[in-house]
Amino acid sequence: MAKSSEAQKVLFGPIFANNPIALQVLGICSALAVTSKMETTIVMCIALTFVTAFSSLFISIIRNHIPSSVRIIVQMTIIASLVILVDQLLKAYAYDIAKQLSVFVGLIITNCIVMGRAEAYAMKSPPFMSFLDGIGNGLGYSVVLITVGVIRELFGSGSLFGVEILPLVSNGGWYQPMGLLLMPPSAFFIIGLFIWVLRTFRKEQVEK
Amino acid sequence: MSKGNDSISKTLTVVISLCLVCAIIVAGSAVALRPQQEENKALDKQKNILLAADLLPAGATAAEIKQRYKNLITAKVVNLETGEYVDSINADTFDQRASAKEPSTSITLTQEQDVASIKRRSNNAVVYLAKNEQGEFLSYVLPVHGYGLWSTMYAFVAVKPDANTIINLNYYEQGETPGLGAEIENPKWKAIWVGKKIYNDQGEMSIEIVKGEAPKGTEHKIDGLSGATLTSNGVQFTFDFWLGELGFKKYLETQRQGA
Repeated sequence: MAKSSEAQKVLFGPIFANNPIALQVLGICSALAVTSKMETTIVMCIALTFVTAFSSLFISIIRNHIPSSVRIIVQMTIIASLVILVDQLLKAYAYDIAKQLSVFVGLIITNCIVMGRAEAYAMKSPPFMSFLDGIGNGLGYSVVLITVGVIRELFGSGSLFGVEILPLVSNGGWYQPMGLLLMPPSAFFIIGLFIWVLRTFRKEQVEK
Repeated sequence: MSKGNDSISKTLTVVISLCLVCAIIVAGSAVALRPQQEENKALDKQKNILLAADLLPAGATAAEIKQRYKNLITAKVVNLETGEYVDSINADTFDQRASAKEPSTSITLTQEQDVASIKRRSNNAVVYLAKNEQGEFLSYVLPVHGYGLWSTMYAFVAVKPDANTIINLNYYEQGETPGLGAEIENPKWKAIWVGKKIYNDQGEMSIEIVKGEAPKGTEHKIDGLSGATLTSNGVQFTFDFWLGELGFKKYLETQRQGA
């Protein structure tokens, strides 16, 4: 029983209690770039969760054999290989979305969350827990990205997943879209507000 | 972590074997997935050519796209200097982007010539001739590209058999600001181009993108995109270049005379 509650903590903790973006403020670079549309947002979330989970798993499996002098390089090699694999898969099976995401899939390699979890958790923990930790952090990242993506696409383009929700003035409707939300800086504001709301409800996250 | 891990031999063993495993995975996935990726790329291009020529029914499947492309579109290589077809080059395998990079098959553009900021221009270009199911010639589909605000924007322009009237403009690859510059992909904006004339009576390239709304009933003026002046300029320069002397002007003139 102790084991399963530990697993739950590792899996669900990062979603609100220890969110990688909101609390640790890691990996927000891609959160700015891909969230102007829901479609790309979701694919990015899946790709990142996949990479974090499996890189944590593999690093954890060989953690007792990694020489500490080259551990960062070893982690990067594993992460980079997985990212290339994801990129190739997307290009083969989701070509349109891969075209839109362009370089940002490749940039998962430098996403601080993946590297951060590998270094902070997977190097010290058994494989299964590391895998869960990777999924948990991927989900935490996804929650923030999807929130940002919904706000940006709904109020910036009047649609969700490309389906029109608020009829735009330019298409003969009434909604004048907020151009700012389509620009990357708007994600800063939304993430800022997200952190504010989260810390209002979870006082323990407030930094002294 | 035991101390043995940090010995030179252990370090080398771990690093080399890891690299081998990762290399096999990466190379394996690249090779195994390549055919699928190439097919996607080709399919995407065919889809955009058909879209530009107004020959793509909504919701067509991959097989339908391929079938229609095969039946309705003929690709031909054109020499941009002479405006004549080059039959010695297979248009289906000709890669214009690669050709533009190769010094022997392209020219470097001087600063005055290079209005579209594309640096080099291939001597040969592909044109796609579209016909309907009855075999009647419908349009020339010309590939054009030029730099916008952030990115090189690629498009197909479909022109009527009079080699002057635009049927359609289809931007298919660009990285402009979503909601502003990326509105060049908006069907509403594309619709403005339908029926516009590229050349005036003197045969000069006359497409002009104006700020705000273009006066109604004009043959050459297009509404600018609001909030995207630099992207609009990029489109303007793309047309200036690709339908001007260094672009398809000669070819279209030849076609007009021949027709």
